[in-house]
Amino acid sequence: MEKTAFRETTSFKVIVLVVLAAAVVFAFILGNVVGTMDISVSDIVNTISGDHTGTNNKVIWNIRLPRMILAALVGINLALSGSILQGVMKNPLADPSIIGISSGAGLFGILILVVFPQWQNLVPIVAFAGAMLAAVIIYLLAWKGGIDPTRIVLSGVAVSELFGAGISAILVFYSDRVHGALTFMNGSLSSRSWGEVRTILPYTIAGLLLALIFADKLNILVLGDDTARGLGLNVELTRLGFTALAALLAASAVSVVGLLGFVGLIVPHSIRLILGNNYKIMFPATALLGAALVMLSDTFARTVLSPTEIPVGIVMAVLGVPFFLYLLRK
Amino acid sequence: MEKTILSVRNLCAGYKNYRILDGINLDIERGKIYSIIGPNGCGKTTLIRAMSRNLRPESGEVLLDGKDIFRTNTKLVAQKMAVLCQNDTSMSDITVKTLVEYGRYAHKKWWAGSDGDDKSIVEWAIERTGMTKLQNRKINALSGGERQRARIAMAIAQKPEIMLLDEPTTYLDIAHQLEIMELVAALSREERITVVMVLHDMNHAARYSDKLVLVNNSKIHTIGTPNELIENGELENVFCVEAEILSDTEDNSPVFYAKRKKQ
Repeated sequence: MEKTAFRETTSFKVIVLVVLAAAVVFAFILGNVVGTMDISVSDIVNTISGDHTGTNNKVIWNIRLPRMILAALVGINLALSGSILQGVMKNPLADPSIIGISSGAGLFGILILVVFPQWQNLVPIVAFAGAMLAAVIIYLLAWKGGIDPTRIVLSGVAVSELFGAGISAILVFYSDRVHGALTFMNGSLSSRSWGEVRTILPYTIAGLLLALIFADKLNILVLGDDTARGLGLNVELTRLGFTALAALLAASAVSVVGLLGFVGLIVPHSIRLILGNNYKIMFPATALLGAALVMLSDTFARTVLSPTEIPVGIVMAVLGVPFFLYLLRK
Repeated sequence: MEKTILSVRNLCAGYKNYRILDGINLDIERGKIYSIIGPNGCGKTTLIRAMSRNLRPESGEVLLDGKDIFRTNTKLVAQKMAVLCQNDTSMSDITVKTLVEYGRYAHKKWWAGSDGDDKSIVEWAIERTGMTKLQNRKINALSGGERQRARIAMAIAQKPEIMLLDEPTTYLDIAHQLEIMELVAALSREERITVVMVLHDMNHAARYSDKLVLVNNSKIHTIGTPNELIENGELENVFCVEAEILSDTEDNSPVFYAKRKKQ
């Protein structure tokens, strides 16, 4: 038997997962420690174990801890969503924006922020509804006796363009009120707290579990529709189920932090380049890297020009794109 | 056990507004090897795609052991029927072994991993197709012939009663074509797997099949043994060629040598 290359061995994969997990822990601690107030690791431990009395504990409990948890959850959701969509659409460039999630959430979110600012606290729900509405419209357009990935991508692009035009129109007509809309469009974790964590957490847990349980179905789907059917996979149901899951994951993330791009594209690709395309390993690895990446980017966004905060989406692009290009050239 | 394993009844099928198959009736007998042959565009691939439930027919039905394959749970169909399709577009980087393990998908419950049976069947399938040395190689690093053997290993890991193959030797050189044909014939003989395949090479079809199904103009033109079809001149008519019928010096089986296109 041929000797297996080290990169193909289980031990290499375990090592990568352990490194990624360590990165998550590091990013989490870093995000809680750094900032305008110096906080020690023991403060974090105290706070998590229930001591909320001191100023430091209050800062951790009310601001940094929920923000880091939210960053991790958003990272997991977007990264999983992207890796699912790339498989389902058989398109390595697929990410949540391609099935209209971002444009749908964007249009509805901005409509509230700019036109009806008095209902601002409805943004998560309305953005979520917009994302799902866009996904449904794209599916209806792409449905023709079955779902064809190419038609989904094409109608996704068309609907995204239309919704994008809607966003531009709102920004032009209400140019005096665009400030709130801008942070939403670039994705920001600023002043998010436990409420947002509660909104997104159920989706992250359900999404992670379902993805891990059904990973092999997606592995088989990637072999091609005819081959997958021959092996006994219900191709239509699998594709529909995974697309819905990806839509829910991305929509829940967008509804709490706005349009955060790149995560769904960069994270799955980096993992593919390092670990290959087996979804059983890819899903846990993308979840870990997604969490670490968004936490680190947000910490950077919050501290680099302190006290001014940069929207995390911009940091994401500045950090993520060169890294992605590096992996691609390697 | 019924003699007929797969049967096609009044099948009409096509794509969009083109009707490609018009009223096909075909009974596949258990344990035999069938080759579907015919000129380009006659509907061979459409027929095998409908028989493998990859193309829903406009009317008519395909019965596997008497049950309509389009109305049966697709997993139950896959426990009896394996399919090797032609357009394998996947650029998958999984290993041969993983691919063969997917062959067990239809026999597993979604919550369960591989049990001992699955493991020994996967091992058997890999060994049976001569892929043992290559089992840790990635699919996209295999040659054409090796890849086809890996896919056959995946198909027999399903432990099928019947196997459908769409042009299994396309893009292979002559040695690898023969290698695949001999493997398929041996599997049919030794594992009692019924085989239905679409083939381009008339002489491969004649040499390795019990029956030839000649398709022309959306209909089944003739079904018969290779000798019958070659000797009665139907092949020449359908393919519009002038041919000489030679005979193999080893076993006197007929060899169809097409000399020129019919004017």
